[in-house]
Amino acid sequence: MEAFGLLMHGFAVLMTWKIISLMVVGLVLGIFVGVLPGLGGPNGVAILLPLTFTMDPTSAIVMLSCIYWGALFGGAITSILFNIPGEAWSVATTFDGYPMAQQGKAAEALTAAFTSSFIGSLVAVMLITFLAPIISSFALKFGPPEFFAVYLLTFCSFVGLGREAKHKTVISMALGLLIAGIGMDTVSGNLRMTFGSDNLLRGINFLVAVIGLFGISEILLTMEERLALRGHAAKISLRTVLKVWMDLPKYWVTLLRSSVIGCWLGITPGGAIAASFMGYNLAKRFSKDSESFGKGRIEGVFAPETAAHASGTAALLPMLALGIPGSGTAAILLGGLMVWGLNPGPLLFVEHKDFVWGLIASMYLGNVVGLVIVLTTVPIFASILRVPFAAVAPMIVVSCAIGAYAIQNAMFDIWLMLGFGVVGYVFKKIGIPLAPFTLALVLGSRAEDAFRLAMIGSGGSVGVFWSNGLVGTITTLAITLLFWPVIDKVFSGVGRMLKPAAQTS
Amino acid sequence: MSNTDLEIIVEDPTAPEDDSPSVVSTRTIEIIVSLVLLALAVALGFDNWRTGIAWDATGPQPGYFPFYLSVILGGASLYGLIATFFARSGGTDTFVTRAQLRRVALVFVPTALFCLATQFLGIYVASFVLIAGFMRMVGKIALWKSLLTAFVFTAIMFVTFDVAFDVIMPKGPIESALGR
Repeated sequence: MEAFGLLMHGFAVLMTWKIISLMVVGLVLGIFVGVLPGLGGPNGVAILLPLTFTMDPTSAIVMLSCIYWGALFGGAITSILFNIPGEAWSVATTFDGYPMAQQGKAAEALTAAFTSSFIGSLVAVMLITFLAPIISSFALKFGPPEFFAVYLLTFCSFVGLGREAKHKTVISMALGLLIAGIGMDTVSGNLRMTFGSDNLLRGINFLVAVIGLFGISEILLTMEERLALRGHAAKISLRTVLKVWMDLPKYWVTLLRSSVIGCWLGITPGGAIAASFMGYNLAKRFSKDSESFGKGRIEGVFAPETAAHASGTAALLPMLALGIPGSGTAAILLGGLMVWGLNPGPLLFVEHKDFVWGLIASMYLGNVVGLVIVLTTVPIFASILRVPFAAVAPMIVVSCAIGAYAIQNAMFDIWLMLGFGVVGYVFKKIGIPLAPFTLALVLGSRAEDAFRLAMIGSGGSVGVFWSNGLVGTITTLAITLLFWPVIDKVFSGVGRMLKPAAQTS
Repeated sequence: MSNTDLEIIVEDPTAPEDDSPSVVSTRTIEIIVSLVLLALAVALGFDNWRTGIAWDATGPQPGYFPFYLSVILGGASLYGLIATFFARSGGTDTFVTRAQLRRVALVFVPTALFCLATQFLGIYVASFVLIAGFMRMVGKIALWKSLLTAFVFTAIMFVTFDVAFDVIMPKGPIESALGR
């Protein structure tokens, strides 16, 4: 129960007016970016990150993580009322949420979405509370080879388990790692890949790249779409809320199943998007009445929302415990930690107890406050969509530019941001995933350092990655995951040969 | 329930037409991107090879790690290039239609001009011009609304960053004339 005591300490850290008000500001901004088309969790966090540079780390991370929770809540509003998923992970929510709104049950659908989001996060936060300290104390024994093996595992699982074309994931990752290496080499002090440019001496800042990749490119992509929309307005009354909550126990299997799926996919880099679809599909498959899904069934809202939120929250577990983000947004938060001079990884739990437990406590508190805010203010946020995109777009561009400039006070970074905007636009359109790119950018130099230290330690023998049981297991697992699609094919091929042909057809 | 009768309707008069002709196919762009990445991999790989990819007394030389990454990048791009060349289906997918390209240019060109203006006029003047101009020209929003929105937004940014948080932004002749 040590974790519990530390958690209480975390709550004590949070209970100041300053932090509570930052929390509310963060949540409101987050819901705002979640509702607006063309902005989402990672963009919101990336754009608003520079605002927090002058704050102390605890206030800053509380505000940023609240932006993230807000964005997760906000995505559901547009899915249900307008049939427009504000976020990719809310696509599955539209399947049953929008039909419910059309039948005049918008308030129920929204309450269901917000409540299940809340439950999903709560389960994931509890997992973090009890699992993260254990994992991090275990990871304290890690040396450079183990760390490199864990990084390798992360990268390989992206390639092996991702749904995109394998070579595109590899391109995205290698490019990210290379860009992270530009500038001064941290070990030898030599210059690398600068091609004589003074501006590249500093290297390419992770946040500048992220602001371009997610902020600017998203604006370009949004402009391609038809931006007209029609939707229902909704007001949630206390009676509706209570009615939905009374029904909750009936759906405990769905909620639990989705929470588990979400937590699992959040920790492994499957992500919230995969989780929401999987939650929905499994709920449909296990339902006695699967025909009624897609026609406005409340379970069809519960299942994807719980899974998406559980996964979005669980993605922070590997970030806190190992310094490896489980999602794009977590990677950006990790970039923030480094800006504030905190070194993400297992030592965080030892050296910065206040910070870590403050953050974990803020996850509980942020979700409770967030639930209250969204339930009471839905009509206001829905009407934000009346603001024409022609007014929103230039403001986002300006915010991006201010953010990019503020990081290093360099005009060059604004141009870099524009360049990354174009790269992000093209990559998204031809299906090169951006999440591995972000992850590689943020982990690049640490992965390289771990690799070099491990190799120096072993005198240049790759055998160091199999030198003991722990590191050997992780490395082998990484390589297995890398070739998982091939292995899977071979196994099912063998299985088919062993079975009679009639059964497989 | 009566409250769902209220509907929020937003029109998009300048939306891209659905039947607009294709400007370029996804296949072409994939080939171009593969070639660019391949060239980048070669350039970076060469630079790292020059820095040193071997081992010396202190361990791997600085170019070692990035050199092999360039090889991986080059290999994956080459694979992509070949796969796209030999792919039979999906080659005719539209990357962008003419109407879409027009809309994208409508944001991209002002954004690029804004970056240029920031360099000479400072970020606050540039953002005022960008927001007001974009709302008026692209959004066809009333002039006074555009000017007011641009002014309020820029002022909020100025107060937040320059006054409250002491984050220094690029400034131009107008700010220096006003003594900031």
